[in-house]
Amino acid sequence: MSDITKQSLSELVENIKSKKLSSSEVTKAFVERSEKSKELNAYITEDYANALNKAKKFDEKPKLDLKLPGIPMAVKDLFCTKDLRTTAGSKILNNFVPTYESTVTQNIWNEGAILMGKLNCDEFAMGSSNETSFFGNVQNPIDKNLVPGGSSGGSSSAVSAQLTPITIGTDTGGSIRQPASFTGTVGLKPTYGSCSRYGIVAFASSLDQAGPMAQNVKDCALLQEVISTYDEKDSTSIDFKRNAYSKELTKDIKGKKIGIPKEYRVDGMPKEIEDLWKKGIEYAKDCGAEIIDISLPHTNYALPTYYIVAPAEASSNLARYDGVKYGFRAEGENLTDMYEKTRSEGFGAEVQRRIMIGTYVLSSGYYDAYYLKAQKVRKLIKNDFDEAYKKVDAILTPSTPSSAFKIGEKTNDPVSMYLNDIFTVPVNLAGLPGISIPAGHDANGYPLGLQIIGKAFDEQNILNISYAMEEKINFKNNITDWWIK
Amino acid sequence: MSIDLKTIKHISKLSRISVDEKKAEKLAGDLNSIFDFIEKLNELKTDNVEPLTSVAETTLKLRSDEVKSKNLRDQVIKNSPKENKDYFVVPKVIE
Repeated sequence: MSDITKQSLSELVENIKSKKLSSSEVTKAFVERSEKSKELNAYITEDYANALNKAKKFDEKPKLDLKLPGIPMAVKDLFCTKDLRTTAGSKILNNFVPTYESTVTQNIWNEGAILMGKLNCDEFAMGSSNETSFFGNVQNPIDKNLVPGGSSGGSSSAVSAQLTPITIGTDTGGSIRQPASFTGTVGLKPTYGSCSRYGIVAFASSLDQAGPMAQNVKDCALLQEVISTYDEKDSTSIDFKRNAYSKELTKDIKGKKIGIPKEYRVDGMPKEIEDLWKKGIEYAKDCGAEIIDISLPHTNYALPTYYIVAPAEASSNLARYDGVKYGFRAEGENLTDMYEKTRSEGFGAEVQRRIMIGTYVLSSGYYDAYYLKAQKVRKLIKNDFDEAYKKVDAILTPSTPSSAFKIGEKTNDPVSMYLNDIFTVPVNLAGLPGISIPAGHDANGYPLGLQIIGKAFDEQNILNISYAMEEKINFKNNITDWWIK
Repeated sequence: MSIDLKTIKHISKLSRISVDEKKAEKLAGDLNSIFDFIEKLNELKTDNVEPLTSVAETTLKLRSDEVKSKNLRDQVIKNSPKENKDYFVVPKVIE
């Protein structure tokens, strides 16, 4: 089969299970395509030789009852992988080789998948364009001048370009959904506490969640089923009854109540986003859903809240990078000098900026004015959602306020970069699940996404709504393989 | 409000990140524009609002106090920047 890399994850699983394809054939195809796609810069670390060996071993004794039998997969370089370098896109972790495995990736390997390599991302997942990575920016397979979104930009680029059948990202303020939207792919941020954070390089611990990034909703549901487990190694992991997301997937969403929040009509939103949203509402109606107007009055305060909470938590989490225990070290005249030089040379500009914001808002005399205030507004934002969910089962919004922007376009203005996450950040602050599905193109032919937000632990419902709408939307990505010479 | 260079120097000291004059000026500009944006929160009255510290509405699970991982010294030391199999090495602290 010459078109192996064009197959969806679900097709590949079926073909391996029915022995039409071997793991070696599939792995070889994705490795070859990845090797031909270096220009995208989607990978930070390649592990192709090991992947091919593992595939060969799998084929010698195939376990075909697993959920991801012999499926090759590259993952975001924020997940610790035992014995394979994990950088978080940072110089400070350039030489870090974990001695343990993250729970989410372990769950994936337990179901038979094979690691191909580690995918590029914004440094410590702080960014919306993958341009803050120490390992360079990533190109969007849609157009070489476009960013792939971020922070999971290597992941979105790799799935969209079919370098990996599926992948995982992490989402603190939109880092799965925004890149999915920019690349015409599907990205799910699960409920906070659904996927273990153990072994994921920490950014903002009360917001971080891992989730699947896929070519379609069915694949996304299958991977979510694998990665979502209760884990005692993460004290915020929640022990709730998880659905068999892929098996219970249905297009029957008749009578589901879907809310349309008026506050998401932001000033200056391009007409094509407004039109996409209207189209989305029509698709949802066509699927039998009932549309209800709702209000989330504190939406406008979500980004300012996020830019206190996330940097505050980051400044605390990143205190561990001191040049002593692991990672990069710069020599200094004394201990303090060594710390200061290590962190100044080891962290990039955006990470330093966020550590400084976080340190400031937590510093003596400012805690109440900023951090405590933000926690209170965070409560109001969550209350908005609680109130809305008395009337509706899910909420439909655009995923982003624009399509993918150009490389370099927003790097000099942090606030304009932050505004990208205006529709995704409230979901993290409230701890809810949200999914972005591709839903149309702008005038340039760049993909646009719609976001469906669910109640806590109601991933099945938003997957079902996405699955039903996906069929009506019938989205086709325009990938021309321009980077393959 | 305005964050001046003195404040930037103070934050950089607290953050253990060294900054020179040029970097301090750039940071002051960036932080001021970010805080202008953050100040929007002052429009809201929040006197009677409980702060949200965790979205997960569960209490911490208790577990029995047992040692589950042993003999990890080599693993813990493995990535240390100055090679030494017994200790982390830092610049001299006590004269």
